[in-house]
Amino acid sequence: MAKKEYSFYPGCSSQEGASSSNYMVSVATLCQELDIKLNEIPDWNCCAASIGYGGGGELPRLALSARNIALSEQHNAGQDIVATCAACWLSTREAAERFQHNKTLYEGAQTALGEAGLKLENNTPVRHMVEVLIEDIGYEEIQSKVKKPLEGIKIAGYVGCQTNRPFGIDGESYENPLYLDKMVEAVGADSVPTYEKKVQCCGGALAFSEPDKSQEMIKGIIEAAYDHGADMIATPCPLCQANVEIYQDQINAKYSTKFEMPVVYYAQLMDVAFGRNGKDSALDRQIIKAKKLDDIAK
Amino acid sequence: MSDLNTAMTAKYRNNFLKEVEANVEEGEWVKMCMQCGVCSGSCPLGKHWEHPPQEIFMMIRAGKRDDVLKSDSMWMCTSCYNCIVRCPRELPITHIMHGLANYAKRMGLAPKSQPTNQFSQLFWDNMMKKGRVNELKLGLSLYFKDGFGDGVKNAMANQQLGMNMMKAKRMAPMEIIGGHSLKDVSGFQKMIKKAHEIEDQNIQDFS
Repeated sequence: MAKKEYSFYPGCSSQEGASSSNYMVSVATLCQELDIKLNEIPDWNCCAASIGYGGGGELPRLALSARNIALSEQHNAGQDIVATCAACWLSTREAAERFQHNKTLYEGAQTALGEAGLKLENNTPVRHMVEVLIEDIGYEEIQSKVKKPLEGIKIAGYVGCQTNRPFGIDGESYENPLYLDKMVEAVGADSVPTYEKKVQCCGGALAFSEPDKSQEMIKGIIEAAYDHGADMIATPCPLCQANVEIYQDQINAKYSTKFEMPVVYYAQLMDVAFGRNGKDSALDRQIIKAKKLDDIAK
Repeated sequence: MSDLNTAMTAKYRNNFLKEVEANVEEGEWVKMCMQCGVCSGSCPLGKHWEHPPQEIFMMIRAGKRDDVLKSDSMWMCTSCYNCIVRCPRELPITHIMHGLANYAKRMGLAPKSQPTNQFSQLFWDNMMKKGRVNELKLGLSLYFKDGFGDGVKNAMANQQLGMNMMKAKRMAPMEIIGGHSLKDVSGFQKMIKKAHEIEDQNIQDFS
């Protein structure tokens, strides 16, 4: 039996053939290494992220998360819900808290859920994967699993927005969280705790609708990593990872920069440090290759 | 209270603030704004807002209904939650902006060609079909939102990006037919329809 079990909410972007399938692959490997069992919530649906608000009002959006929580409570009773995606985590936890404080919304959601034959108990903790790693596993155990320390690699920890605000991780500061730096250190790499863009917004969903405004912010995030001499950026958020990685050639064309900064997930760092190969660590799914990780994973 | 006083109170009552309090998500918080401006200074896209959040709150209190609801300001929110965690009075500003944007749409006043307004609706419609977002179709619907000519232009401009994503197995051409889906799409859609009905019933008339 696995040491730890959770009810898993993977989210749309992590599905095979979607933009953060690299996140899913690397987290699956990580969970093998740490003896964590993720029980997928059967028939989970989209949370509407933080962009669906134009089409869905408050109750329709909250009903989306209500369905996921209800399905989790029905099929994975007693297990904490764990999400890897920042927006999935945020929407689900936000909905659970809104229902606790607002009886009208809670009752509205129950009536809507009735149409799908479901019922909400709403007493399930909703957590992010990094909380599991920090609170249930711990930095020391992560460190103890390292077979190939990522020595000499300098990594800028880009926490982003929604894995940080409004809930925060491990009681850390919103303005200067350090957990990602501690993870980087745990796998033997060099962290950049003074990376000033660590909680700068990348534009989120507005990278699609307002590409110029968003790419101006992304440019700053990458530039600051170069200024610190970082070899790569690591992040816990799928949209941060994609936004900061995939538009670099468009930014280069627009601003005459020469960016080629790899952007990876914390899970990929751990996979490689734990001795797993490039495929298991999803390094083959990088658009900008993380060469220094490739060399170790070989 | 005398009849005259009641009449005067009704006359001077700020209807738009009452309307926002009754009909907009977390709208009851608006009058708690103390006008410090931390939200406006903290917003990553602050310089692009015609009226930053602090100003929006005062405009609501001043009854500037059209100026608020027709503004494209709220659509600049990236949902970064900086304003929420920094607000000294802990107003849920991000949610109020989403709520105002949604309400402006409901009232038919939101700027129709505002790109985030359009994208937000495309996202919702895309998700409603199968219960999960189909990224490929969402991307294409955004490229082609202004017609076929612009669509081809946008698709060509982003061709390299698409090729990169496919090569990295992070975009699948087969998603165009079918794609990921819930098993209980019908129950899912009925649930959301009911949620919309309940929400519609709760909207108060201020006309």
